[in-house]
Amino acid sequence: MFDISKLDDLKKKKENWDMKTRSFMEKHPERMKDFKTPSGTPVKRVYTPVDIEDLEYDKSIGFPGEYPYTRGIYPTMYRGRLWTMRQYAGFGSAEETNRRYKYLLEQGQTGLSVAFDLPTQIGYDSDAPLSVGEVGKVGVAIDSLRDMEVLFGDIPLDKVSTSMTINSTAMILLAMYIAVAEKQGIDRKVLRGTIQNDILKEYIARGTYIYPPKASMRLTTDILEYTATNLPMWKPISISGYHMREAGATAAQELAFTIADGIEYVKHAVSRKLDVNILGKQISFFFAAHNDVFEEIAKFRAARRLWAKIMKNEFNASNPDAWKLRFHTQTGGSTLTAQQPNNNIIRVAYQALAAVLGGTQSLHTNSRDEALSLPTEESVMIALRTQQILAYETGVANTADPLAGSYYVESLTDEMEKQAKKYIDKVKEMGGMLNAIEEGYVQREIHESAYKYQKEWESGKRVIVGVNKYTMGEEKQKLGIMRVDPDVERKQIEKLKKLKKERDNGSIKKDLDEIKRAAETDENLMPFVLKAVHDYATVGEISNALREVFGEYREVIEL
Amino acid sequence: MKRKLRVLIAKPGLDGHDRGAKVVAHALKDAGIEVIYTGLRQTPLQIVNTAIQEDVDVIGLSILSGAHMRLFPEIMKLLKEKKTAGILVFAGGVIPEDDIPKLNEIGIQHVFTPGTPTDEVVSFLKNKFPDRV
Repeated sequence: MFDISKLDDLKKKKENWDMKTRSFMEKHPERMKDFKTPSGTPVKRVYTPVDIEDLEYDKSIGFPGEYPYTRGIYPTMYRGRLWTMRQYAGFGSAEETNRRYKYLLEQGQTGLSVAFDLPTQIGYDSDAPLSVGEVGKVGVAIDSLRDMEVLFGDIPLDKVSTSMTINSTAMILLAMYIAVAEKQGIDRKVLRGTIQNDILKEYIARGTYIYPPKASMRLTTDILEYTATNLPMWKPISISGYHMREAGATAAQELAFTIADGIEYVKHAVSRKLDVNILGKQISFFFAAHNDVFEEIAKFRAARRLWAKIMKNEFNASNPDAWKLRFHTQTGGSTLTAQQPNNNIIRVAYQALAAVLGGTQSLHTNSRDEALSLPTEESVMIALRTQQILAYETGVANTADPLAGSYYVESLTDEMEKQAKKYIDKVKEMGGMLNAIEEGYVQREIHESAYKYQKEWESGKRVIVGVNKYTMGEEKQKLGIMRVDPDVERKQIEKLKKLKKERDNGSIKKDLDEIKRAAETDENLMPFVLKAVHDYATVGEISNALREVFGEYREVIEL
Repeated sequence: MKRKLRVLIAKPGLDGHDRGAKVVAHALKDAGIEVIYTGLRQTPLQIVNTAIQEDVDVIGLSILSGAHMRLFPEIMKLLKEKKTAGILVFAGGVIPEDDIPKLNEIGIQHVFTPGTPTDEVVSFLKNKFPDRV
């Protein structure tokens, strides 16, 4: 990227500077012996053109909207359209959540993001024995289409884009969404949104799996196949590093294992003869933004470059749209502290800055009180305002990829890509992500990082303000706590009873038998699930039908 | 020499956030304690049965879904019914401070909130079982 003769001159000058600096440091030592990023990359005193002498602008960086997309996937980035501000929300009943959505939309939020309760995510109805205490807790309780109709009541589904955090029961919830749209008279072809539908990371980190990995991969691929022709605007998978990061992965591991998951999904889809050019446009990603601002920015930039190369060179996609890594970002839940919770507002702001400087397509900013409970309405508002201030007041959205050309950021981007590649190669050696998960390799790597991080802050080697430095003893900042109406469970069970009396149970039985029959073959299951959902079969009934055929997964315990 | 302390780390409820449970289990192991980890999605009955089968001295419950006020009392009730009231129970996770006195009342000895160093858990157990850790 630089003139070689000038670089040689610079190298000499740098040596000179190094010498002077060493004598300066005799009197003024540095704060620490080693400076490192959280992923373990040594951070130098200063970066110069010498650190990026191997980079070629065209090949490694390029222009925004052009391969390899290091600088972003759109030519104008946020000058054209700001990122989508999308706060993940959902709690209690469909009625309550519907009210919160309408409120958030009125406040200027531009997309919906649905949090489902754990029974819905794991395929149990609200009256199942395992659902005790969990109904409506971490998200909204959905048992049947009837609840879904309430959840999106008075929200025109052709006008909003909806992201649903749903994985092992993604097919059922997507079917319900389509059914609600049909009832609103909306053509499914115009529906915009995302389902997470990333089952691999459930085995690694998030834990809401139901079936063994191979059966789950079949469901995921069925959805990819169905949406490719029926829901062209829909993003049927959001390959997520976020939860691995929350479980303790470093930024480099998050990047690597997410891309490795992506490779596994594309491999499966291609083996089903899905068109990689269509598939590439359907896929989206989901990353975390943690505290080390530059490492996070480097991670996002490296992710785009890495994925573009893989789609183009390994999967031979020819359409540039299939090379682009689009992603959602959420600020890091595990970085929030229960101590001095208002400090979290500041953490979230820096993390959001990193996400935007990294070129995210949508963003969720966490609320300050999430280490204590679900967020209150006031806390959610501050989190949304953080994004709006970033977008409209700071000027960071006015030019594409403003940090490109920074010797440090470019060098770190390169380093992140290299580190990620090492892990990806290791996973490949193991025969791909399915095997690596079954052998517990990925889980072990992440746990080791989590434990190392824990020991680092416990020993004071890593500072967490308010936790191991600048603590306030017993003096606590009191925040209001958001509590879910304890009556939700009872009401939900009543609704379910009523539904089971009113619907045509004969058709349900037939629908479930058909699902079981199709599950034994390699037919796409989506049309069968759609039919059952239309007849008001429940999440639990459909999941149980599939449990009978596929069986259930038992986790590998690695300690 | 008395028997090494045996601890069951258990995850009641449906949430998959096992980072805390695994980190605590790892730290207790490093401190020379015998640790059994149940894995995710354990019902109160499964937890109590495992505790009895494994003949543990302590149960550590980890939950982040908010279902603790329903599930913890059930576990404590079952422990009493099965005449295993000698087992010491502690807990951790996302548990609002207001809930802690109520949990102490039903017999949960200590609730560790987010940001607790693992050393604190180890010294808590050392205090309770001075000659076993």
